[in-house]
Amino acid sequence: MSGAATLAELAYWQQSVLRSVGVLVAVLLPAGTFVYLFLFKAVSFMQSRLGPNEAGPYGSMQLLAEVGKWLQKEDITPERADAKLFKLAPYLVVGTVLLVYAAVPFGPDAVFADLDVGIFYVLAVGSISVIGIIIAGWASANKYSLIGGLRAAGQLIAYELPMVLAVVGVVIQAETMNLQRIVVAQAEGEIFGFGGLGNPFILTQGIGLLIFMIAMQAELTQTPFDMPVAESEIVTGYLTEYSGMRFLMFFIGEFASAAAFSAVAATLFLGGWYLPGLDMDAKYMNVVGPIVLFTKMLVFGFIIFWVRFTYPRFREDQLQRFAWTVLIPLSLVNIGATAVLKVVF
Amino acid sequence: MKRVPGQGLIEGLGVTLGEFTKTMFPNKGIKKLLPAPSKGAVTVQYPREKEAPPTRARGVIALMEENCTACMLCVRSCPDWCIYIEAHKELAPPRREGGKPRQVNALDRFDIDYALCMYCGICVEVCPFEAIFWSPEYEYSEPRIADLLHDKERLVEWMDTVPEFETYEAGSEAKVLKVPK
Repeated sequence: MSGAATLAELAYWQQSVLRSVGVLVAVLLPAGTFVYLFLFKAVSFMQSRLGPNEAGPYGSMQLLAEVGKWLQKEDITPERADAKLFKLAPYLVVGTVLLVYAAVPFGPDAVFADLDVGIFYVLAVGSISVIGIIIAGWASANKYSLIGGLRAAGQLIAYELPMVLAVVGVVIQAETMNLQRIVVAQAEGEIFGFGGLGNPFILTQGIGLLIFMIAMQAELTQTPFDMPVAESEIVTGYLTEYSGMRFLMFFIGEFASAAAFSAVAATLFLGGWYLPGLDMDAKYMNVVGPIVLFTKMLVFGFIIFWVRFTYPRFREDQLQRFAWTVLIPLSLVNIGATAVLKVVF
Repeated sequence: MKRVPGQGLIEGLGVTLGEFTKTMFPNKGIKKLLPAPSKGAVTVQYPREKEAPPTRARGVIALMEENCTACMLCVRSCPDWCIYIEAHKELAPPRREGGKPRQVNALDRFDIDYALCMYCGICVEVCPFEAIFWSPEYEYSEPRIADLLHDKERLVEWMDTVPEFETYEAGSEAKVLKVPK
């Protein structure tokens, strides 16, 4: 590939700079788009409002204004807080999102790291953010933060399991954990001998997708599962003591991970960067692929925020019971059924 | 009709999506394809388009100077003491031919400090001479807080914006308007 060839001619530090910029763009662009399109606009329309419309055309520069506002605010560290950990936590949360993007393929060659255990890596790295959140809750030396952090820990662990188990179904069907090859498996799959559409796993793993979406909503602490940041009872949970730049980091982390998980969901269930009818190995897919993937991410993003602004919050015990007694057994059944069907056909 | 478990969840999603499309695509016919949220949303874009407040909205208090007798009832009933009245006695011409000149109270000062006013309307209620009225006008913010103290002349100007008195709905106690506007 010409792209790969020119990349190889660059010095190592030049490659590294390019990759870092690439990851930053891949994180910030979808996160910003999600916030503007869905959090600001779609949600406003759902409430018969207009949303921000003063900054830039149709309010599209609102986010820049918000970032500017946060950067000006005072960076407060509470007196009793464990200052080092308190300052570390937001970077840990944002850092994990950057790591998730590293394994998501955007095109035949456009992937930062083509890992053989891709999806395993993504899920493993994605759950590091829990540690960041617990650190934030503990280091704030605030009882609301602590309760929020503990709730987040309980919730994220409870929903990590169904998420992993839902993915196992996909892995069984694709016979690989490599995200790139999962995309290829969907592109080359056939539905009862008809290969024109490929076989996006949404068709065969519909239950898996449903479980994945619910678990994703909980992992992102979006509204039906926003007990850890329930503002009406524990202020904003682990975010309570954060201000200015550090709050901005958490904010970016929240929506960047929404985008990251959408990208993973699109890769696993909607065929990733591939669109039926396009040439898989062509060079232009390195440009078209990211656009296709981005469009599929937007679909998932819309669903996330649509659900978020439709349902009221789960109670803590309901939330736990739902994960352990409904989602996990359901995903185990899904794995069993997938395995049996895989062997039979 | 029997409800399926989970039906409400789907219906809820339908409600938000319905509101979304109603706001995004308010037009009829072929123009429906064009998104026009500023038409579909209920938001009033305030500085550009004005909202018409209800005629009995509590916007600003207007003063009808001729009716005021400086009885100080409003001043004393104001919960946060934002009305200031000063007056002097003077002689007015007699009502009838050959009568004695009347002694009346003439206003020197009638100020309302809108930085303090909490729009409770007690002064309007308590005034026995129909000298104070509500006006729905609301645009009188000031860059300097001291300018929120409206003097007598300013309060009299607000009289122009006081709407015609509307009779109460049937069955309620009829309030007789003593002073026609």
